[in-house]
Amino acid sequence: MLFNKALRGGVQSVLRLQSTSAAAVAATSSQNAPSTGFCFEMTDQQKEFQELARKFSREEIVPVAAAYDRSGEYPFPIIKRAWELGLMNSHIPEDCGGMGLGIFDSCLITEELAYGCTGVQTAIEANSLGQMPVIIAGNDFQKKKYLGRMTEEPLMCAYGVTEPGAGSDVAGLKTRAEKKGDEYVVNGQKMWITNGGKANWYFLLARTDADPKCPTSKAFTGFIVDADSPGILVGRKELNMGQRCSDTRGITFEDVRIPKENVLIGEGAGFKIAMGAFDKTRPPVAAGATGLAQRALDEATGYALERKTFGKLIAEHQAVSFLLAEMAMKVELARMGWQRSAWEVDNGRRNTYYASIAKAFAGDIANQVASDAVQVFGGNGFNSEYPVEKLMRDAKIYQIYEGTAQIQRLIISREHFSRFKK
Amino acid sequence: MSRVLVGVKRVIDYAVKIRVKPDHSGVVTDGVKHSMNPFCEIAVEEAVKLKEKKFIKEVVAVSCGPTQVTETIRTALAMGCDRGIHVEVSGKDYEAMGPLQISKIFAALAKKEEASLVILGKQAIDDDCNQTGQMTAALLDWPQGTFASEVTIDGEKVKVVREIDGGLETIKISMPAVLTADLRLNTPRYATLPNIMKAKKKKIATMKPADLGVDMVSRVEVLRVDEPPTRLAGVKVETVDDLVAKLKANGTI
Repeated sequence: MLFNKALRGGVQSVLRLQSTSAAAVAATSSQNAPSTGFCFEMTDQQKEFQELARKFSREEIVPVAAAYDRSGEYPFPIIKRAWELGLMNSHIPEDCGGMGLGIFDSCLITEELAYGCTGVQTAIEANSLGQMPVIIAGNDFQKKKYLGRMTEEPLMCAYGVTEPGAGSDVAGLKTRAEKKGDEYVVNGQKMWITNGGKANWYFLLARTDADPKCPTSKAFTGFIVDADSPGILVGRKELNMGQRCSDTRGITFEDVRIPKENVLIGEGAGFKIAMGAFDKTRPPVAAGATGLAQRALDEATGYALERKTFGKLIAEHQAVSFLLAEMAMKVELARMGWQRSAWEVDNGRRNTYYASIAKAFAGDIANQVASDAVQVFGGNGFNSEYPVEKLMRDAKIYQIYEGTAQIQRLIISREHFSRFKK
Repeated sequence: MSRVLVGVKRVIDYAVKIRVKPDHSGVVTDGVKHSMNPFCEIAVEEAVKLKEKKFIKEVVAVSCGPTQVTETIRTALAMGCDRGIHVEVSGKDYEAMGPLQISKIFAALAKKEEASLVILGKQAIDDDCNQTGQMTAALLDWPQGTFASEVTIDGEKVKVVREIDGGLETIKISMPAVLTADLRLNTPRYATLPNIMKAKKKKIATMKPADLGVDMVSRVEVLRVDEPPTRLAGVKVETVDDLVAKLKANGTI
């Protein structure tokens, strides 16, 4: 496919060369712990998944990313294509029509899509985030109803937890859900909900116990809410610094009625579900940041090997080559970060420590690497005709969403001390 | 029982910068990215399309070479082929393998599998031979539709629109036949993720050329491989008269 396009004078893409190992076929799945200890080799299937995601990203996302960034239009055509190719909704279990992929495999895909455009990738990833509470805590009826439909048509969903007054402080959220007969009546406001205006249903976290003394672990309930429920007011599309084609909105709930069948696990179980989802969604976010960083590194490297100053290529000036070396260091380590955290959770272990480290590190380096890429491009880097200024704008949110850089440090220090004390 | 054989070749990826080995015996292949020959991708796509339109029942992907070619067969399976055949050729035989040997293998397989069509890419991007399809047809004494940019099945016949120097030529040939795919025949599909997973369960049979009664001895010996001469810098001239003078001095005119 790439060859055809190249012959027809098509896409100019920077391809990362990855050699196909001549070594024998590796183990069957990422679920099996390798017998020789640490293994950095992917299975053939993982390589094929990555190859597919890479081709799709380079051929179909890269060429249109800048236009979507300028217009802010929701990239539905690309999302639909990704859905058709099976690159979305990878965690949905097989009995609901999904592929039941592990976190590692889906991170592989996420990194490649993010390389193309993190705005597109975030819109796609928000589906996984919204679905995760249902996947980990839903009963059969809920799974079949709300996950099944995602594999039948390209639908979007959203994770509705953050509020105008409560981001990091999830326990401080104020949206109320009161039990009335066989229903819950919800009132409140959510903010910065990705896919807010496009979702078919939301995962909603609301406070069910009004008593301020009620412990966090019992005060909140997780719900699945159909987006067409009366009383849901979708706010305007927010104009953000980066990832501008992603749809982010405020959502108001005015006496929205939710049937009790849509409660996940039971009243009071919400906080744990909402937080439990993060162990599985932070590695992909780290992978997304890594994809952005890799793109920034590739663009900067390509430029450095073309641009000349003081009589030679800027890549031959140590100031620039050292900058690129440090960028490369950060990208490689960020990748290993998400890989470890994904591998841990796929092997059935509690990966909170690794997931936080991966997300915190990848978010920070994505910003550094994108900023350095603009630097390598010099004056051109500041200009919208060149691809790197978009990367710098897109990178910032990685230090904020899915747990701020500061919250990650809180989590890491807490985990670190508890390990130390063992 | 309508069956199509599709040939897929594992070649160095088109985007790779080719380097000649220091001993000039060939190009560097170790650790270099390989993928399915682009024209073979087009051939696979056409075969799968014919199956989707219900003209044929089964598509069999065939590749010749060492273990690594099974990756290429898997890609064909992920695109929609039903099963694969890996003809094991390695070492010196693999290095010397060329259109003659491949066409003998395909001719034998076409008879063994009772294929109605053999679809190949028009040429491989590594050797650019453009011979295998034609030789296979000759060995089988079957009609051939080469450089196909459009294929239509009409009962027991195939209508092929061929890209030729002068434009397009339309021919009608009887089946069984050999077709070779040209660039504009179709746009190969992506293998979707679910299909990649399903492909793992599809069967790839292994055999040796000897099992098909084919001798792999090459009649061609590669003496030397060189890179093309480096492009020399051009010269800019101010006027047309200067240009003519320079061309005359150069002996060009």
